Amino acid sequence: MAASVEISAVRVHEVLLNVKDPEIDSVSIVDLGMVGEVTTDGKHVKIVLLPTFLGCPALDIIKKNTLNAVKELPEIGEVVVEFAFNPPWTSDRITEEGHKGLREFGIAPPPRHIKEDGTWHVDCAYCGSTYVTMENIFGPTACRSILYCKSCKNVFEAMKPVSTLM
Amino acid sequence: MNSDGNLMDPEYKEAVISLLFQLADDDFLYSFRGSEWLGLAPHIEADIAFSSISQDSMGHAAMYYKLLEELGAGNADDLAHYRPAPERRNSILTERVNGQGYYMETPHFDWAYAVARSYFYTQAKKVRIDSLCESTYKPLSEVAVKMRMELYYHKLHWDTWFKQLLSSTDEAKKKMEDAIKLVIDDFGDVFSYGKQKQQIESFGLIGSEEELKAGWKENIEPLFASLQLKVPAIPDHPVKNGRIGEHTRDLEEGLSTLSEVCSADITAVW
Repeated sequence: MAASVEISAVRVHEVLLNVKDPEIDSVSIVDLGMVGEVTTDGKHVKIVLLPTFLGCPALDIIKKNTLNAVKELPEIGEVVVEFAFNPPWTSDRITEEGHKGLREFGIAPPPRHIKEDGTWHVDCAYCGSTYVTMENIFGPTACRSILYCKSCKNVFEAMKPVSTLM
Repeated sequence: MNSDGNLMDPEYKEAVISLLFQLADDDFLYSFRGSEWLGLAPHIEADIAFSSISQDSMGHAAMYYKLLEELGAGNADDLAHYRPAPERRNSILTERVNGQGYYMETPHFDWAYAVARSYFYTQAKKVRIDSLCESTYKPLSEVAVKMRMELYYHKLHWDTWFKQLLSSTDEAKKKMEDAIKLVIDDFGDVFSYGKQKQQIESFGLIGSEEELKAGWKENIEPLFASLQLKVPAIPDHPVKNGRIGEHTRDLEEGLSTLSEVCSADITAVW
């Protein structure tokens, strides 16, 4: 008699580390803080993802990539991937590893602190200089802003800070 | 009451559906009119910002349509694209054209109007979203928490434009004041809940019309005071009330443009 297959949440988590943001291939959805919960029941798996921005067109792609990646596990049963809003995704969910990956890609990670008046500061994603100006709070995607570094004279992007205190 | 309100009560469910249609149609039309500015805004930063705000707002509309789908009101995409004008529940403010001419021909759109409409609409959305965060209907309060974080950036953007144009040249001020008048004339139905007012309010789905109006006024007063202007009064009776299906011709034309591609082949898979 064959032993019944048990897929562990840890194993699923390992697989999810290989699911990258479709536009930022140096950061996984785990390090972006998008994985809300992984539950397993024998060989069946359910993954709850937290959307970054509601109108983000990458969400469907991320969902599909997640589904396909987990389905690759041997003897996997049913896989369900769904989006939820509680807890809401906030930019402080991005891990240290995520910050590193963003910088590698040329995007300044979101600031950890937002001042009382709502302003925030990031350093240049390329040279680390603090001598930067905000060009546009809105950028090429919903989650990014455009800044300019006066030291290395590069335009760079930053992940917007997003917090429930806003 | 359970965590999702009492969906077993048909009156509760009907009130949730009624409110969701108002919220969904508002953001759907607002983002459509915003997206018509693509490539036309005064400078590239404004263009990127407006596109991004429109994309977020379309995402919000999609969320509301999705909640409607979950309540059995129909498929989300169909609800967005195929409901005729008389079935729409958006405020007439959101359906108005951006100015003269058509996007595909020679648009002579009015930037002052775009800024004024966006400013007042975003301020109204802010008090609505704050209130929805406390809604008895939990799926709605959860998405509201999410939307509030995105709205923060929209508000920052439109507050800045509004303030700067009104503190600019006499010509800019004149254009802004004319635009504010147009916007406020259409503001009579923004805080209306239509025929379901009593149920929507008593089930605690959102704050009362009066509370929200007062909150809106309180929020914008400091900016108006700093510009030495009076907060314009919302008309007591709307010219037309979109919440009960009264609309302008602009909506019909807008909807046919908006749905042109998906209506061309309704069996296509996107």
